[in-house]
Amino acid sequence: MPRGYAGNYLEVDLSKENTRETSFDEATLEAYFGGRGLAAKILLDKLGKNWAEVDPLGPENVLTVLTGPMTGIYPGTRVCCSGKSPLSNSIVGSTVSSEFASELRFSGFDGLIIKGKANSPVYILVTDEGCELRDASHVWGMLGEETLKTLNAEVVNELESRKPKSGRLREPGLLYIGPAGENLVRTAAIISKLGHAAGYGGYGAVMGSKNLKAIAVKGRGPMPDVAAPETVKILLREVQRRLARTQTRIRFWGTAYGGYSIGAERSAEPIRNWQEEWHDEKRFGVPYFSTRFWVKRSCSDFNCIIGCMKLSCIKTGKWKGDITDTPDYELQAYLGTNFGIFAPEACIHLSSLIDNLGHSGINGANTMGFAAELYQRGILKKEDLGFELKWGDADAFDKLARLIAERKKVGNVLAEGTYRAAKKISEIKDVDVTPYAVHVKGIEVGAHGTRSGLDKNPISYAASTQGGDHMSTVRDGYNDMLIVFYDSSVNCWFCRDDLIWDFARAITGWEINKHKWCTDQGQRILTVEQATLLMGGPDVFWDPDKDFDNPPRFYEPLPTGPHKGKTTNKDLVERLKKGYYEAVGWDERGVPTTETLAKLGLKELEPTMKKMRK
Amino acid sequence: MPFPGLEVPHLCAQCDDYPCVKSCPVGALSVDENTKAVIVDQEKCTSCGDCIEACPGNVPFLHPKHNKAVICDLCGGDPECVKACQEGGFNALHLVSDSRMDIHKKLFARDPLDVAKDLAINLFGEKGEEVV
Ligand code: SF4
Ligand code: SF4
Ligand code: SF4
Repeated sequence: MPRGYAGNYLEVDLSKENTRETSFDEATLEAYFGGRGLAAKILLDKLGKNWAEVDPLGPENVLTVLTGPMTGIYPGTRVCCSGKSPLSNSIVGSTVSSEFASELRFSGFDGLIIKGKANSPVYILVTDEGCELRDASHVWGMLGEETLKTLNAEVVNELESRKPKSGRLREPGLLYIGPAGENLVRTAAIISKLGHAAGYGGYGAVMGSKNLKAIAVKGRGPMPDVAAPETVKILLREVQRRLARTQTRIRFWGTAYGGYSIGAERSAEPIRNWQEEWHDEKRFGVPYFSTRFWVKRSCSDFNCIIGCMKLSCIKTGKWKGDITDTPDYELQAYLGTNFGIFAPEACIHLSSLIDNLGHSGINGANTMGFAAELYQRGILKKEDLGFELKWGDADAFDKLARLIAERKKVGNVLAEGTYRAAKKISEIKDVDVTPYAVHVKGIEVGAHGTRSGLDKNPISYAASTQGGDHMSTVRDGYNDMLIVFYDSSVNCWFCRDDLIWDFARAITGWEINKHKWCTDQGQRILTVEQATLLMGGPDVFWDPDKDFDNPPRFYEPLPTGPHKGKTTNKDLVERLKKGYYEAVGWDERGVPTTETLAKLGLKELEPTMKKMRK
Repeated sequence: MPFPGLEVPHLCAQCDDYPCVKSCPVGALSVDENTKAVIVDQEKCTSCGDCIEACPGNVPFLHPKHNKAVICDLCGGDPECVKACQEGGFNALHLVSDSRMDIHKKLFARDPLDVAKDLAINLFGEKGEEVV
């Protein structure tokens, strides 16, 4: 077995209620590594033949929950959730920082591959002994906090009773969904701990479609062997030391510094569904959050020295008792400025609520902002919603979040995600509302705009295999493979350091380096993702000429702020896109070329890709 | 702990009267003269779990693989965890000399759930009453 891997993956068929262990050969692991990369390979093998017919929310879809060979060893321990996305109908690698990942590695498994659909709600419990399905009907319908508390206690009690008198057990690692996931809201996230989410891709809905409420894992074994243990020890200490020096801003403020900075300095923050991108509202700066609401300044995920999580709690007033982590920049933007809300308290309340309902704070909130713009324009009315939806009214957005999670009234349409909701509402209301939908390839765009030219580059989203995902954005066709590596190794991007390549060699023993990754392995993973994007289906087929572009709003001039008038240059987008496609070996419309597929050993994709070419 | 911010280090406090040592039926536990840490003789340990029950903080545990009691031995007096914590700039762990610890050390031998409950109230106020 290659070093760094336990070598065992659990394959669970929820329909047949059986589980078995499986493994991959060394060549596959070296080529795809783990996490996002290996997910692409698994999904291609299992679903590739009739990709376009696979319903992302049907039992045939496969949900992968994978770690990588460096998870739990290199700082910043994450786990990567993937499958056929109900939003983009392609593969999205969605990672979340959590002890779930380290517990899984301690249990002697590298990941889970889940298919089928359980008859009634279940959760999966993974221990050193293997995996079992347990009844989850008592937690079905519960909000996040309750689910977490109930399942933690239940699993600890169960495991302590199986092995009495052997000492205290720390709580298990847990991935779970809230009501939004259960009700198949396409933007729903998979949640871990309190409010950590694998948000992009809509995998919460995939779990819901499988009647799978949660996955709990408790491992007590050692980590897998590494190729050069002494080197790894030295490297670990050195990377920790470096991160302590280099990541001071994130250590001190988390990403919360963005709540004011990105709007004020860069004019790239979504405000009222991206109608503006600039604000100078200092009350939305981090000191107002930290002095009043932060009860703990440093919370880390396993093995992370950065601790970007700050813990917020509201202790007085009508939202007393709401707890959330930070909120980080994305949620400050999407659950704050994007709703026209500039009060820290309201933003914390909505963050806590969104996580409890199991929405994705970015994707779900984007849809909510979209709905509010339609209300502003008189397209959605009070009778569609049951209440008024004015910018800045936190109580109204609170109601809207619940409405969508429960799929009530127009919430049932909005639960389909911004792209699908825009199409449906255009039909129902007989006006074209698609210009207000800020998504790329079905995935709602993260809180970083392209118009001022000071934040993301013009093709960050337009050319990306993961659409609006703000983490995995496109740069030059070389350096953007780095995030693909962190998603495949599976580690936290904030813990990035050049020593990761030495680390990778010391762990696996393979001759792996940045150049090889960026020109071979990374390219292969992106090419598989791009191919699935092109195949799409069954309800959505993307047109590379039309859909691989920024949302219309990103071509409107900025209406306010120091960068007023600036916008994304359409010609530049077209030129950059062609350059990028060439760099990664795709034709000028973004379809992988015959030579690229041959070079990467992906010949099986040639027949389908051939049909896509012009 | 289930809620963030309630992570509790769960380590031996070197109680002045060492209830664990007294409880061991086979004499597998002893106290290191220099460091005052409890040392487990793995050869002698029979995995009965009595020391866990005797400890006011349920600190010892049976190792998942070899099934023998595990108690922190303070790395022989120069603990690695303290170094790592200092390097990271957290300064949450310090070595304190015995003279500064003029307080009954058994007070610090507490069950992690118990500590987490108190911490929760400290951090979250009234809400803290419900979370653990
Ligand atoms: S940097 Fe933040 S998100 Fe990443 S592992 Fe550390 S605490 Fe978790
Ligand atoms: S578990 Fe081992 S050390 Fe503890 S009391 Fe029993 S024999 Fe002694
Ligand atoms: S804390 Fe527990 S293990 Fe440590 S000396 Fe006291 S009784 Fe023994």
